[in-house]
Amino acid sequence: MNPSLDLPGLGDRRLRLPRPSGGDPGALPVVAGLTLIAVVFGSLNGHFLSSENLTNLALQMAATGTIALGIVLVLLLGEIDLSAGSVSGLTAVVMTVLNVREHVPSGLAVLLALGAAALVGLTHGLMFTVLRMPSFVVTLAGLIGWQGLMLYLLGRDGTINLPFDGPVSTLSDTWLPTWLSWAFVIGAGTVYLVTALLVRRARARTGLPVSGPVPLALRTFGLVAVLAAAVAVMSGDRGVPLTLVIFGGLVVLLDLVLRLTLPGRWVYAVGGNAEAARRAGIAVARVRLLVFVASSVLAGAGGILAASRLSAVNQSSGGSDILLNAIAAAVIGGTSLFGGRGRAYAALLGILVIQSVANGMLLLNVDSSVRFMVTAGVLALAVAIDSAARGGRR
Amino acid sequence: MTAPAPSAPVLSARGVGRSFGAVRALDDVTLDLRAGEVTALVGDNGAGKSTLVKILSGVVVPDAGRIVLGGEPVRIVRPHDARALGVATVHQDLGLCENLDVVANLFLGAEPHRWSLLRSLRMERAARDLLASLDVRIPDLRTPVASLSGGQRQSVAIARALLGEPRVVLLDEPTAALGVEQTAQVLALIRRLRDRGLAVLVISHNLADVRAVSDRIAVLRLGRDAGVFRTAETATETVVAAMTGAGAAA
Repeated sequence: MNPSLDLPGLGDRRLRLPRPSGGDPGALPVVAGLTLIAVVFGSLNGHFLSSENLTNLALQMAATGTIALGIVLVLLLGEIDLSAGSVSGLTAVVMTVLNVREHVPSGLAVLLALGAAALVGLTHGLMFTVLRMPSFVVTLAGLIGWQGLMLYLLGRDGTINLPFDGPVSTLSDTWLPTWLSWAFVIGAGTVYLVTALLVRRARARTGLPVSGPVPLALRTFGLVAVLAAAVAVMSGDRGVPLTLVIFGGLVVLLDLVLRLTLPGRWVYAVGGNAEAARRAGIAVARVRLLVFVASSVLAGAGGILAASRLSAVNQSSGGSDILLNAIAAAVIGGTSLFGGRGRAYAALLGILVIQSVANGMLLLNVDSSVRFMVTAGVLALAVAIDSAARGGRR
Repeated sequence: MTAPAPSAPVLSARGVGRSFGAVRALDDVTLDLRAGEVTALVGDNGAGKSTLVKILSGVVVPDAGRIVLGGEPVRIVRPHDARALGVATVHQDLGLCENLDVVANLFLGAEPHRWSLLRSLRMERAARDLLASLDVRIPDLRTPVASLSGGQRQSVAIARALLGEPRVVLLDEPTAALGVEQTAQVLALIRRLRDRGLAVLVISHNLADVRAVSDRIAVLRLGRDAGVFRTAETATETVVAAMTGAGAAA
């Protein structure tokens, strides 16, 4: 008898949705959805694909997208953070109160406010890991409580304006000069290609299989093409907004941390099978604490970006549909609600979908009632894809 | 076949026992595991098989008897102690993260790293070498474990146990819930562990699998020793009789 164990697909064929090489349902459905949105709204309203509108879209994305990044992290653990909206509002108010009322320099005020957000996240994490409260309840209490604290800090006025020419407000009104944008595109493409080639060489030296040069060339070309298209469009208007660069930088940074570092690997392990992770010697509680802190800090950063754009904080900061949009963005982007599957890029792709739908419908003068229903449909579809992908593997 | 030379046992449980409340789950049981030998542990439900394995793997602490490793008495009170002494356990639920790929699962919790950066290439190289040395073939090590067959998953879990360079491997029901073909794969892998000179303990309900892979069969009945048999010299009926207590010493 042949002693080999290689018996692929042996009477055990499972239904598997076509997946890109990443191994998850991945970005394919979202990219298809975005294309569809562009075609539909573009044909219904000529202004949708204009430079001005797409630049507005980019501006609108950064704040909620940053909050969604934190949600992605929490979802990777198979948990939920309902407090992200309130924490974003609270952080923005703390920053503004320090800056405007207490005359703390802007940069220091931002850092202190983010530190406060970290404390908030640590509180959530301790309630979850030490008191063993369900994350749903912990962050539901946070949703209500931190909003209360925010209203208390705002005081009777209910609104605090940030100086229009102050550093925080200027952040949202800073645009990359065209030459810098193009330099950035070329730089990103070069870094990507060189890194990939170095990894390829290292793999070959270690005797590991390497993929052919064609997929690499295609991926590099794709990256440069997408970035170039974005820069070309936005340079036709005011340019690339700095807040978009900040958001994009956070997405890339978080993706690298999740994929290449020890804590990142542990987040996936705990989200996939917490008991197995614990038995393998991973400090599960510490990973969970870290994620809740990161989620609140990212929510806080999103809140500061929102305050910067508005040049003010008020009673509705971090309120209304910000939290729901952030969660929807993370899920639509391909983060599994069941934990362990998803990438940081989900926040970027998901928020693109949500803002495009919202923006397109505003242009068409569609009532917000319809907008909500369409957003709900998109969200339901995304979760259906997630469930089907997961069900197919069990 | 190479007849196992009677050598000193690597790991021994001597007269171990353990009660849970009023129930004496295990009483005065002695078990020897020798290098290069597969010992099967069989018994009906509630015979104490799991308790004995839990004692050897540090999950349960015995209240009587002692454990001897390489001639020295040892204390195993935590799973970590067992691992540190070179006793690796593959539990029935395998303890794999289904969302992670094969390489990530092999190194789970013991990832080589530098400044918190994963050494992915080193891990993949070591994973390939390990799986090749065990003749476990998985087409793509970068696919999530969720998409592997049951036999492949079991093989990954066993391979992971070997990364710590253990002397003893305890396998809890390795062929339960596997099809015929996949069972054959896993049994072949168990034989390879024996050929590497490891002491292997296999818990199983399936006497056909036990016959196919083991050198000795240790039988437990109602928490007590019910005999140790050389597989090659013993008829299945004798083992069944020992398990059920029917016609004692038939």
